[in-house]
Amino acid sequence: MSSILSVRQLGKTYAGGVVALKDVDLEIERGEIFGLLGPNGAGKTTLINIVCGMVNPTYGTALVDGHDIVRDFRKTRSIIGLVPQELPVETFETVWKTASFSRGLFGKPPNPEHVEKVLRSLSLWDKRDARIIELSGGMKRRVLIAKALSHEPELLFLDEPTAGVDVELRQDMWNVVRELRESGVTVILTTHYIEEAEEMADRVGVINHGEIILVQDKNTLMRELGKKELTLHLSEPLPGVPPGLDGYRVVLSDDGSELTYHYDTKEEHTGITALLASLQAEGIRFNDLNTSQSSLEEIFVDLVKRPA
Amino acid sequence: MNFQAIKSIYKYEMARMFRTAVQSIVAPVLSTSLYFVIFGAAIGSRITEIDGVSYGAFIVPGLIMLSIMTESISNSSFAIYFPRFTGTIFEVLSAPVSWVEVMIGYVGAAATKSVLIGSIIFITANFFVDIDLAYPLVALLFLVLTSIAFCLFGFILGIWADGWEKLTIVPILVIMPLTFLGGTFYSISMLPETWQTISLFNPVVYLISGMRWSFYENADVSVALSLGMTISFLLACLFVVRWIFTTGYRLRT
Ligand SMILES: Nc1ncnc2c1ncn2[C@@H]1O[C@H](COP(=O)(O)OP(=O)(O)OP(=O)(O)O)[C@@H](O)[C@H]1O
Ligand SMILES: [Mg+2]
Repeated sequence: MSSILSVRQLGKTYAGGVVALKDVDLEIERGEIFGLLGPNGAGKTTLINIVCGMVNPTYGTALVDGHDIVRDFRKTRSIIGLVPQELPVETFETVWKTASFSRGLFGKPPNPEHVEKVLRSLSLWDKRDARIIELSGGMKRRVLIAKALSHEPELLFLDEPTAGVDVELRQDMWNVVRELRESGVTVILTTHYIEEAEEMADRVGVINHGEIILVQDKNTLMRELGKKELTLHLSEPLPGVPPGLDGYRVVLSDDGSELTYHYDTKEEHTGITALLASLQAEGIRFNDLNTSQSSLEEIFVDLVKRPA
Repeated sequence: MNFQAIKSIYKYEMARMFRTAVQSIVAPVLSTSLYFVIFGAAIGSRITEIDGVSYGAFIVPGLIMLSIMTESISNSSFAIYFPRFTGTIFEVLSAPVSWVEVMIGYVGAAATKSVLIGSIIFITANFFVDIDLAYPLVALLFLVLTSIAFCLFGFILGIWADGWEKLTIVPILVIMPLTFLGGTFYSISMLPETWQTISLFNPVVYLISGMRWSFYENADVSVALSLGMTISFLLACLFVVRWIFTTGYRLRT
């Protein structure tokens, strides 16, 4: 199956000389949720804005559903929904009218049932006749999502959808995104919240200084790059780390009841077997053990901090 | 052509207009009434007829033009500047529409409003003076063409302006003098010869003259020339709008 979005050798230099994107290549599969991670100024918004037609690329092309975003802009833009990062202050219009307006603007005939469905899914139905100026920031963001969904996009961009949004709303949005995926919509979201990508994305791309430095299946990424930690719950507390375990990077908890061992799953020898053997030699018994994986956040910070 | 989009923009803009009906319709009617009280009744009573038309009636076509020119510019420039200012323009820029749809939607709504205002002023004027309208259809043609042309001009202004000052300064510095010197309150033939010649460089003279011809069959310049000038101005604005959207000037980075 062909990609829904195919970015080829895309570059953008702003008028001021800022290089925002360099030779970006990116393929997004139909139906996936793609998390685009990157620090401030990495070029996430620039990439989205080029695909949506708000910024002209300096060089390179992008295809949406096989159509060129410049030549076939009518086709590509009618497929795309965009929830921008900045919250534009919509004026005195009501929620219902602004959502219906978006639908028409994108060339779709009126369909009150669909608009109602969208508003309900975002818990905006009760606010349908409220003027947008009267809504809270989180509500305004929902309205922007409703506007983008009102015209039934196949590809949805969420540019930092949960910035400045409380935990409850964030959960709501994640649910909305999951429902969208089930209905076949491809979602590309940018975020600073790593847990969001971790929670939502099927694949993750990391962008830094205008370059995509990594694109990978989220689970593979976490498996390949993830550091793990093994915790042993001891049967009897130890006064200190026994000399026989000196060679291992083990840490004893304050009350002496837990031993923690850090290892990297990428290394050829994790050292677990040897550690367990040494424990047995020392006569240390444990009644439970568990391993935990470091979060995407740690992986991400690791990647971005690496020298270019 | 995305007709749904045109319809959406047009409806949205018309709704905005009716929400602010007081300022957009009552205000121009009020200010026109004031002109009648001052120029038509107070001063006009001491002025003899011009070209066989009483002074109060003489200024009606000019007043209609004066109002629709200023209203067209301010409404249309505001309509496009405001979304730029708030950032909501992003939606139009990311929509599957070309400049043609955007322009028809915004300019169409603003021009509709201008034509409405022009008609309301005409009706209001009837309460003050007796007016003969010799060629109603020609008057309507001038009303519609001038509305569209100046709404296009306002549209350009709204895209060009990068601050509220510019948005208000152009109508005051450029349009006001041109309209006041355009023959609303006098006939160009009443001016000394040098000023008559200078006046011919003022495009507004042709517009007002054309409108006056459709009322009273007398005019400063020939009606064909008036029509030609109006259409030329309209086409010039159209080309600028086209250029703006195809190059992305001030809209896309
Ligand atoms: N309109 C513009 N004109 C000039 N430079 C710009 C413009 N927009 C963005 N930039 C610059 O381009 C670079 C990339 O910006 P961009 O907004 O794409 O980053 P981002 O990854 O979305 O950042 P954030 O996480 O803060 O939203 C930055 O250095 C920014 O200053
Ligand atoms: Mg951004």
